[in-house]
Amino acid sequence: MFKDPMANPFYPYGGAYNLPYDVSYKLWEIIGGLIAWLINLVFPGNGVSEWLISPEPSNAFALIIFMLIIFIVVFVCTLLSLWMERKVLGRIMDRRGTMIGLKGFLQCVADGLKTFMKENTIPKKIDKMTYMWTLSLIIGASVLIACMIPLSPRWFVVDYGTGLLIIMAIFALAPFFILVSGWAQNNKYSLIGGMRAAELMISYEVPILILIATTCLLAGSFNIGDIVNAQFGSTWFIIPQIVGFITFIFCATAEAERVPFDIAEAEAELVEGWQTEYAGMKWGLIMLAEYFRGYVSCAMVVIMYLGGWLIPFAPAEINGWAPEIVFLLKAWFVFFIMIVLRGALARVRTDQIVNIGWKVFMPLSVINLAIVLLLKIGGIY
Amino acid sequence: MADERKLECACGAAPMDTDKMWVIMGPQHPFSHGLWTLKAQIDGEIVTDAEPIIGYLHRGWEKECENRTYPKIIPMADRLCYAASMTYTHLYCMTVEKALGIDVPEKAKYIRMVADEICRIQSHLMWLAAVGTDLGNLTVFLWAMREREFFMDLNLRLCGARMTTNFPRIGGVRNDTTELFDRDVLRCVERFEKAIWDVIALVDDSSIFLSRMKGTGYLTREQCVNLGITGPAMRGNGVDFDIRRDDPYDNYDKVDFEVPVLKDGDSYSRYMVRIEEMFQSCKIIKQAMRKVAALGKNAPYRLKVPSRVPAGRAFMRMEDPRGESLMYLVSDGTDKPYRLKVRSPIFVNVSASKPLVQGSRIADVPVIMAMIDMCLGETDR
Amino acid sequence: MSETIRDPTEDRIRSELESRFGDRVRIDKTEPRRVYVTVPREDVFDVCSFIRDALCFEHVSAVTGNDMVDRMEVVYHLSNYNTGIMIEITTVLPADDLRVKSVSSLWEGCNWHERETYELFGIVFEGHPKLERLLTPDTYEFYPFRKSYKLRGQP
Repeated sequence: MFKDPMANPFYPYGGAYNLPYDVSYKLWEIIGGLIAWLINLVFPGNGVSEWLISPEPSNAFALIIFMLIIFIVVFVCTLLSLWMERKVLGRIMDRRGTMIGLKGFLQCVADGLKTFMKENTIPKKIDKMTYMWTLSLIIGASVLIACMIPLSPRWFVVDYGTGLLIIMAIFALAPFFILVSGWAQNNKYSLIGGMRAAELMISYEVPILILIATTCLLAGSFNIGDIVNAQFGSTWFIIPQIVGFITFIFCATAEAERVPFDIAEAEAELVEGWQTEYAGMKWGLIMLAEYFRGYVSCAMVVIMYLGGWLIPFAPAEINGWAPEIVFLLKAWFVFFIMIVLRGALARVRTDQIVNIGWKVFMPLSVINLAIVLLLKIGGIY
Repeated sequence: MADERKLECACGAAPMDTDKMWVIMGPQHPFSHGLWTLKAQIDGEIVTDAEPIIGYLHRGWEKECENRTYPKIIPMADRLCYAASMTYTHLYCMTVEKALGIDVPEKAKYIRMVADEICRIQSHLMWLAAVGTDLGNLTVFLWAMREREFFMDLNLRLCGARMTTNFPRIGGVRNDTTELFDRDVLRCVERFEKAIWDVIALVDDSSIFLSRMKGTGYLTREQCVNLGITGPAMRGNGVDFDIRRDDPYDNYDKVDFEVPVLKDGDSYSRYMVRIEEMFQSCKIIKQAMRKVAALGKNAPYRLKVPSRVPAGRAFMRMEDPRGESLMYLVSDGTDKPYRLKVRSPIFVNVSASKPLVQGSRIADVPVIMAMIDMCLGETDR
Repeated sequence: MSETIRDPTEDRIRSELESRFGDRVRIDKTEPRRVYVTVPREDVFDVCSFIRDALCFEHVSAVTGNDMVDRMEVVYHLSNYNTGIMIEITTVLPADDLRVKSVSSLWEGCNWHERETYELFGIVFEGHPKLERLLTPDTYEFYPFRKSYKLRGQP
């Protein structure tokens, strides 16, 4: 109908070009056109085939395909980071990691399928509604933010003016659900795990927000694209904010509940923490959601400190080729740091994490804020 | 209890009732290395009371022995402790030799010492691996297990089995050292003395590991002695006593080694004592191996012993990797023991778990109990 | 009571025990670093507390029950951390009155040894803080380590 999707009067992104939408629109043109042509062959001159290729349904169907594309890309990225964790952790531990199928990548898929085929055990004496709803909300929120991370100026779902804040807000919701879910499971380990999730949250949430505010102050905007462009214009924010970068990596590890800070599911003393009563497929989904959260943490580090999808000092053509790949490579690099942390560190205790949060992370983030303020006042940025 | 613990509400409204909770850790719990249960009463995160429950593995070992002839007990003694099987077999043979009133050949003594110390290093490495998992780090686990593998291979070279060795005999050992065994031992030990520094550096240079171990599970010297804790856990509390040095059996008085003693009385000093003991074991192995080589190829290594033990009583004790183990034998002149009592160090050390974990956080319970180095085969017998 | 002897020798232990308890204790034999003593059951607690306080035996290695069919025995292995000397105290209980005073108030480490001996032999340790079954299920109504309890194949 329209060669360029942006010519479609119902194009949802206004003036901005969106690559996945473009792809899905063209896919629908092929699929929908094929269907319309087939129907037209059988019932010549009917209204359905006309309708299928008219602007509004094209747009709607393209959006459905668009959602699928966005999710599948994020899903594959997450599986890749899962695979990377297995391989790198294996090498750290002097073993090989997963070996079978595409250097071990298909093992992730096999494990996923395995959890889906397991028996769906649900304990009797639980608050069933809360039990299921909190699970869905945890997984849903994680998938939502993972999909909302823009990979490049042409690969985004919604271009918010306050993108970073909204991602952070949804990111920080999970501990509440964990707390409620720990209560709903009617299990002592889950209860302690849920309490610990809340305890963990109060210790890193404040520094992480100060750090986000600092970055936004430096960039002068909450918009992710603006933050990235500001870093292209000057330097990566890791250079003025090296303190903040280190603090943020640890806070992001805590946010994703990865090893030094995975006290909510500390398997040594709490069996599996708040996930104790989730079996089979539910556990598999939680595991997946956790890797989604790890991916989001890394993506936030990349956006805030490592220049997003742009390569510094590179001409615009080079940066225009595949900014998505650049972004993902940087995200995996940050994830690699997290894996090394996991391989080298032990789990901290609950009182220690609160101590670290308020006595180390908090002053460091304030110092970082002070440095940025000085730079701002000094007119360097 | 509840009225002591009324929390004042900030608003001055009705005080809140708090209650304590019993958490049952075990028998199927990642922290219990073996089948045992720790009932812990927790107040929030702090353990206020604890009760260990054992007996899941009670096989009536001592009663079983009354039904078997003396040589048939040797393989059974292997099964008392799977991590260091040679020590109990050695102890059993020594007890029967004492009842018989015979002295085993020099070469057998030294070979037994080598085997014992290999088992000690194996057991300590297994413990190090367990500490790694209890602290939430899998790298320590796999690295320690990797080192352990070399000593398993030494066992294989010496007696043809890796774990349950069935090697000492009443009146000596089953076979002489194989050709080139001394070369293999020296190579392995020298390699180990370098390679173990990987693990030590990983743990000791990490402030998270240190903060998890320092100051937890504290006992005073008097408490420790009165509770009957023995072995490295006791030497970490400042008791300068090692049966190998102070009540020597075999030829331990003819080799030169030190007994590491630390006075702090917390988990970290117990950890340090065990690490240092591994180096001392290496020292003993080297000296004993040199003595074996000096005795020549044709020196006797086994005596012929009568199958009936004269009526009487005998007891021997030895320094197990985990503490003091003692066997008490009552014989009535037949070829079967009338009564054989085993004193297992863990049996007593576990009974001290209440004072050990009381007052610490529930996250510290696995670490504190790991420093006891649980082995349920000998505890329940 | 005389002052604590921190590192007693075998002869010293013999003479101290004899001077203190006279013919109530019988010293069977001594070996290097081993002293074997027989004590009537009324005096076990006194002898043990004397050995602990005056002779500085800080540690109990084991408390062992022993079924001799017509009588029972309880054997204590006490050990000294300064010299490595061990004292073996044997006390005989008549088969119809299996009671002896608990020493777990002196050494807390005896607690589980005595519980174990109780459940396996039925010897009652008076004054024990918690004399319950430890290794075997609570539902057992017999004492499995007595000679009257036969294993399969045992005559």
